[in-house]
Amino acid sequence: MTGLHRAYLLLYNVILAAGWASIGWAAVREYNHSGHVKHLFRATEKSLFIFQTAALLEVFNAAVGFVKSSTQNSWGYVLILAAWTVTEVIRYTYYAFNQLNMTPFILTYLRYTLFIVLYPMGVTGELICITKALPVVHSSKLYSWGLPNTWNLSFDYYYVLIGIIPLYVIYFPQLYSHMFRQRKKVLSPRSVDKESKNR
Amino acid sequence: MGLSVEVEDARSGKIIANVDRLQSHATIADVKARIAEKHSKYYVERQSLRLEAKGKALKDSEQLQNLGIDGKLYFKDLGPQIGWGTVFVAEYAGPLFIYLLFYLRPEIVYGAGAGDKPMEPVVKYAAACHSFHYAKRILETIFVHRFSNSTMPIRNLFKNCTYYWGFAAFMAYFINHPLYTAPCVQQTKFALIAFLICEFGNFSIHILLKNLRPPGTRDRKIPMPDANPMTLLYNFVSCPNYTYEVGAWLSFGIMTQCLAVMIFMICGFGQMTVWAQGKHRRYKSEFKAYPRRRTAIIPYIL
Repeated sequence: MTGLHRAYLLLYNVILAAGWASIGWAAVREYNHSGHVKHLFRATEKSLFIFQTAALLEVFNAAVGFVKSSTQNSWGYVLILAAWTVTEVIRYTYYAFNQLNMTPFILTYLRYTLFIVLYPMGVTGELICITKALPVVHSSKLYSWGLPNTWNLSFDYYYVLIGIIPLYVIYFPQLYSHMFRQRKKVLSPRSVDKESKNR
Repeated sequence: MGLSVEVEDARSGKIIANVDRLQSHATIADVKARIAEKHSKYYVERQSLRLEAKGKALKDSEQLQNLGIDGKLYFKDLGPQIGWGTVFVAEYAGPLFIYLLFYLRPEIVYGAGAGDKPMEPVVKYAAACHSFHYAKRILETIFVHRFSNSTMPIRNLFKNCTYYWGFAAFMAYFINHPLYTAPCVQQTKFALIAFLICEFGNFSIHILLKNLRPPGTRDRKIPMPDANPMTLLYNFVSCPNYTYEVGAWLSFGIMTQCLAVMIFMICGFGQMTVWAQGKHRRYKSEFKAYPRRRTAIIPYIL
């Protein structure tokens, strides 16, 4: 890995950590200011749009981003915001420190422990947002193309969203237990000793 | 005195069997039979025995005395197994029935009155082609193909059936839809002929492969074109059966002008390319005189 490559990775992770932190800060500030969760979306949407990364994020953003009031005013959005900002700030800070080979143990610990609460929280939030978006997607025919057409293919975003919901439920146990296994591997006494020896 | 072997479970580290009084020319198959006698749940097809815990599975025909083992083998449970033939028939029978359901009983899928409009000729051709393709596959599974393994993990049945049945429904839904738009007649005719040629080509390769190893022998030969001109494709690719299969679905997609078919074709093309490249590599490493002009699946390109 060249020096340029490392520098890029370091910069990328620092910027993303800062970006997610700014989204979180904007959300907190807005809540303190207005006392409502109603305006959270408006206050955070631009930064949120820029700093999304995971493919999963595309789903909830599409469901939430172009759909009006009901999802934006919902507690589902709050849950997503909280879960993702905390997770991503820690994750990118962790990667940034890894680039410099000086990751503090507390960061590793948080990264592999907070998920226990944040992951179910995020999934719940996303499911709430998708569910709230469904009636609006259906009536507005968002992202949908019908027959007849020359390529004899149609796409209905409404049914895609309905199809996605059970996938969340089915894959959650597997992914959750995978994270616990990773946690055991990384935080076990043997590997912790190895880590401190390397420093 | 007889040979003896200690069998350790690769995952748990526990000794699951101590097989003794084996004959000097005993094989892996004999050890597996003895393990199955002791633990009836681990029938022979479910066992994988290796020289090392994470090593490659040993062939049933390998003799213990040739392996140079120090009296120890490692065991892995491959999970519940199902016969290959069973899987293939199940995964191909589904599409046959599912497509015909959409074609013959459209009111069930699209609602009342769906079957009232006169049907375009291409919709009939499509039903015939799709049904022919899967009927041919079932017959080949029963009468032509010779499988090297007798079983596969049962998990594969679920995965494979979802793929085949799901895509059959996906394609059938659009081609048999009341709002389906047919392409021009020339396109339909040309693509139909191309489809039939590719189906025949695919069948020709299957027959060639079946004849490559006469039953009872252990021949290993480089596949070469035979009297059938369709097999001339072997001069250019290692797996012409896959080439013809992609050609058949491409033709079907052009004939029906249906993007759903193209999506199915691309998915199949991707998977078959992976298989073809693996086979191509194995051929090259096994045969020193392997023809260098051949590529895996697409002449000169891939």
